[in-house]
Amino acid sequence: MEQMIKLQIDRHTIEVAQGTTLLSAAQSAGINIPTLCHLDMKDMCIKNAPASCRVCVVEIQGRKNLAPACATRCENGMIVHTSSPRVMNARKTVVELILSDHPNDCLICAKSGKCELQNLAARMNIREMPFAGGATSSHKSEHSVSIVRNMDKCIYCRRCESMCNDIQTVGALAAVNRGFAATISPAFGKALRDSECTYCGQCVAVCPVGALTEVDNSNRLLADLADPSKIVIVQTAPAVRAALGEEFGLPAGTSVTGKMVAALRELGFYKVFDTDFAADLTIMEEGTELLNRLNRFLQGAPDVCMPILTSCCPAWVNFFEHQFPDLLNIPSTARSPQQMFGSIAKNYWAEKMHIRREDLIVVSIMPCLAKKYECSREEFKTNGDPDVNYSLSTRELATLIKRANIDFHALRDSDFDSPLGESTGAGVIFGATGGVMEAALRTAYEIHTGKTLEKVEFENVRGWEGIRKASVNLNGFELKIGIAHGLGNARKLLEEIRRGTCEYHAIEIMACPGGCIGGGGQPLHHGNPELLHARTRALYEEDRKKPIRKSHENPYIQKLYEEYLGKPMSEKAHRLLHTHYFNKNIIPTN
Amino acid sequence: MEKIKSAAQLQEIRKQAQIKLALREKSNTLTSAETCGLSVGTQKMQILVCGGTGCKASASHTLASNLQEALSNRNLEDDVKVITTGCFGFCEKGPIVKIIPDNTFYVQVKPEDAEEIVREHIINSRKVGRLLYKNPETDEPVSDSKHMNFYKKQMRIALRNCGFIDPENIEEYIARDGYEALAQCLTTKQPAEVINEIKLSGLRGRGGGGFPTGLKWEFASKYQADQKYVVCNADEGDPGAFMDRSIMEGDPNSIIEAMAICGYSIGASIGLVYIRAEYPLAIQRLQTAIRQAEQLGLLGDHILGTEFHFSIRIRYGAGAFVCGEETALIHSMEGQRGEPTIKPPFPAESGYLGKPTNVNNVETLANIPVILTRGANWFNQIGTERSKGTKVFALAGKINNVGLIEVPMGTTLREVIYEIGGGIKNGKKFKAVQTGGPSGGCLTEQHLDTPIDFDNLLAAGSMMGSGGMIVMDEDDCMVSVAKFYLDFTVEESCGKCTPCRIGNKRLYELLDKISQGKGTLEDLTTLKNLSRVIKDTALCGLGQTSPNPVLSTLDNFHDEYVAHVVDKKCPAGKCKSLLTYYIHPELCMGCTLCARNCPVDAIVGERKEVHFINTSKCIKCGSCLEKCKFSAISVK
Repeated sequence: MEQMIKLQIDRHTIEVAQGTTLLSAAQSAGINIPTLCHLDMKDMCIKNAPASCRVCVVEIQGRKNLAPACATRCENGMIVHTSSPRVMNARKTVVELILSDHPNDCLICAKSGKCELQNLAARMNIREMPFAGGATSSHKSEHSVSIVRNMDKCIYCRRCESMCNDIQTVGALAAVNRGFAATISPAFGKALRDSECTYCGQCVAVCPVGALTEVDNSNRLLADLADPSKIVIVQTAPAVRAALGEEFGLPAGTSVTGKMVAALRELGFYKVFDTDFAADLTIMEEGTELLNRLNRFLQGAPDVCMPILTSCCPAWVNFFEHQFPDLLNIPSTARSPQQMFGSIAKNYWAEKMHIRREDLIVVSIMPCLAKKYECSREEFKTNGDPDVNYSLSTRELATLIKRANIDFHALRDSDFDSPLGESTGAGVIFGATGGVMEAALRTAYEIHTGKTLEKVEFENVRGWEGIRKASVNLNGFELKIGIAHGLGNARKLLEEIRRGTCEYHAIEIMACPGGCIGGGGQPLHHGNPELLHARTRALYEEDRKKPIRKSHENPYIQKLYEEYLGKPMSEKAHRLLHTHYFNKNIIPTN
Repeated sequence: MEKIKSAAQLQEIRKQAQIKLALREKSNTLTSAETCGLSVGTQKMQILVCGGTGCKASASHTLASNLQEALSNRNLEDDVKVITTGCFGFCEKGPIVKIIPDNTFYVQVKPEDAEEIVREHIINSRKVGRLLYKNPETDEPVSDSKHMNFYKKQMRIALRNCGFIDPENIEEYIARDGYEALAQCLTTKQPAEVINEIKLSGLRGRGGGGFPTGLKWEFASKYQADQKYVVCNADEGDPGAFMDRSIMEGDPNSIIEAMAICGYSIGASIGLVYIRAEYPLAIQRLQTAIRQAEQLGLLGDHILGTEFHFSIRIRYGAGAFVCGEETALIHSMEGQRGEPTIKPPFPAESGYLGKPTNVNNVETLANIPVILTRGANWFNQIGTERSKGTKVFALAGKINNVGLIEVPMGTTLREVIYEIGGGIKNGKKFKAVQTGGPSGGCLTEQHLDTPIDFDNLLAAGSMMGSGGMIVMDEDDCMVSVAKFYLDFTVEESCGKCTPCRIGNKRLYELLDKISQGKGTLEDLTTLKNLSRVIKDTALCGLGQTSPNPVLSTLDNFHDEYVAHVVDKKCPAGKCKSLLTYYIHPELCMGCTLCARNCPVDAIVGERKEVHFINTSKCIKCGSCLEKCKFSAISVK
């Protein structure tokens, strides 16, 4: 029996479980104490609890100083005031202090309207710029290929640091300097591109202010769309459709596929295609590679290693290139769906449509910031021309739609164009953790066993646990599956592989908690895990409604192989759809 | 050296060691001035040379070797020994040389004085008058340390061995009952009994917080874990405070013994000393002491033949003030950024590497062995109701006797400043005394008769801190003093929490504005409100106390602030922007010296005619005032 604690918060006497913080206790009584640095997304294990911004301070009777509600545990008999004059004055002063070291440029800030500090300032009713004339800290800002760091705006909440170190275990961002000069930076003041940064964008996803944002490609896109010599086509990733609606006030989990396609048409794209098509293609290649490797492994081929790891997530690819360069032969060589799409569009489709490569612009809409980096990788270019020219995030698309005077709500649903817009339910669920593995299993099972699945859902690979395992019986052979989301969890599995204690045959890894639905380019969740759950549900619902739910049954995929690629893992497929990895380790090892 | 296998064996070694130390022990009990030297029949003599950092910086090590050489030249090295000790505390007048057995106390001794000391004092029994300490009031030389006011009112417990024993010779420590407390604990006391004794003694943490030490040990002892740690906080950071350094330099074994006792009491087998790397001499002495203790089996496995194992490792800090805060210190030792985390959990529950950890300051630990050998009831008779024992202070500022002193709790500020400290320098008027370092406050004339203890200082708006005590005279501007401390805390804030990171910066800016004559009365209100909010909301002790210098000066010297913001004057004449240099026409002889020395040509006037200062050009450097031979220039 859990021990209960009884305390008084403002006018409420409440009972909470032992270990509850004052912040949650107050919340349960309907008292909404403001916070800023605090972040606690419980089932995603995302937590930033430095208790350092001091915005949530409350008065506890009998204590000398005010206490941070976020980090103070309830005790029996506590009497707590959350809005006494002393608290209100202190809280306002603390916010004023933060504002006094923050640029006064909300009107032109990328975070305007979505900024937690802006909201807080409004809530505190601050009507003049406090401590005018005081020094402001000035820090290095930089543009990487994916992420913009505007460090003058940093309020030192340390959320990015927690994400990068505790959750993702990347270790690219950490606090440097001290006192007023303290800031967050890669080691030795290096640029992100010279650090271990994977561009997963989870730092951007949690930044409460405009210090961390994405590289905005929307002006580039507008220029290309307006250029009559260019043919501009677009692909949209599965997770985008499950989240874009949030930017237009729709409830989380509203699937807006039709409206999204319509909006893209309104923007002037020549064709609106679907990355899901390429996801189906990925399954054909990756699934085949898995079965090949497995067969050879079971036959005892000495040069074959297991497990095979998925490779659709570009941040994950960066992660193992940086941190596990000794394991470069483990992941699948299949390119990500974004890059498979680009390759097919600029080769197969362009040929078919008699479009010159140099006239074709392939744009992607992604829930992800690492995709911006991925399309700039040299190995995905032909004569300097990238297969995917550039990528926009879900957030950038939303902004663009608003800017182009499109009334999103009034749009009539539209369908993707053919042939690269045709996809199956398997392609859709790529956007959620476990989805790639489930899609692969649907195909691998049927191809390997020759039997038809009675139930296409593999529910045991779904869920939110950081590391999940399952096994599937393939004609008497127990295929052991591992799934990890969040790079910290990925690290655990990679270390098992390194130690030789890994029992899995195949592992799916997604860099972002929750998979792509929780990507760094998605509408901001502001610490609310329910948004991610709802997006996931939307994807599975979309899958359920699809007439075809297995990648190998996608008729356009079948046609692509017939007309162009031959068969999965063919020489042509290898050239266009597979890749290789690089040792990017920058930390000297002993 | 062979390992000591039992308490009895330790006792044997002590007896031998005490014979060697007898001469010094005897001199310690002498109270009369004695003439002494080989020529009057003294058989054995010793020359103690201070080997503390301060005296060493003035070449006391060369002095020691010169003394040694002068003795060797006369074949006296068997009868007269030169011994390098730790700090005598009288740092203002270093290097210090003390002659045993007559306690003659020589100050500001230079290496070239060695020959004269040996010739005159040691051989011819004539004190070297010019090297004797002179009473600042009478200007009369004082014959020996027993007649110096500086030492008369002191009671040295934590500093008991500093300036007395050779810190690099563990036998001298053993001779002074060293490791007796540990032996007693290991052979006759249960851990809980030791903790009780410490609780009963009333010892409170000397690092600043004043938390009861016994209680702290008790908490750490109650948590179960496969490994616990004893940490010695030697990250002394208050500007001007150096008692911890002196103890480690002068008596490192007392720290080692205390840590082992703590380890026994709480169930820890590993001790860590977190010491700033800028203390190379303390580190070296500590390393030597640890090595000697290990060789004697006083550290290591099966200490004194018992089942108790304890080892000590040294961890180096980079000298961040905030790392004196115990959670920040622990993070720094773990290789993390040195910044504090919220308590609870306290280190007693989850400290170094997540294990129960007890952190004590150096001076606190130095008290432990004596408390246990002499008994809690001896210790708790010293001091006041709620502050027992003594406290070491680093006396500095506008005071005649600058140095390290140790007095019983309850001694008044007046006694410290006027008796031990010898009063204010140059006959100036006392204005304030700042205690507690950057976390403390400024006390005034009205507080002079306050008995010093943890609670009284707190009630007066300051705090004990680690024992910094800076005396100020009428020439000190209190706005500048507050600004000085804020400058320090701004520099030393880790930056983690908003109030400390930004709030202190804003406090500093407001003070700076006021000292430039640009402040308003409203700024004083903002200063006060912001100070209170910072105290109320900062995460750790650093931020919670950093506004103290502002608040205490605002409270005690409000008029001085008003003078700055309303009259635009700095009464102490310290704030440059508020000064006006002025030439008295009736006194000016027109000698042109001032004009020729003015670096910015702000002074105009013909030869033999009255000069004027162009105030808009004047940069207030003061060189005219300094040069004028007719006192015709003054500053308002």
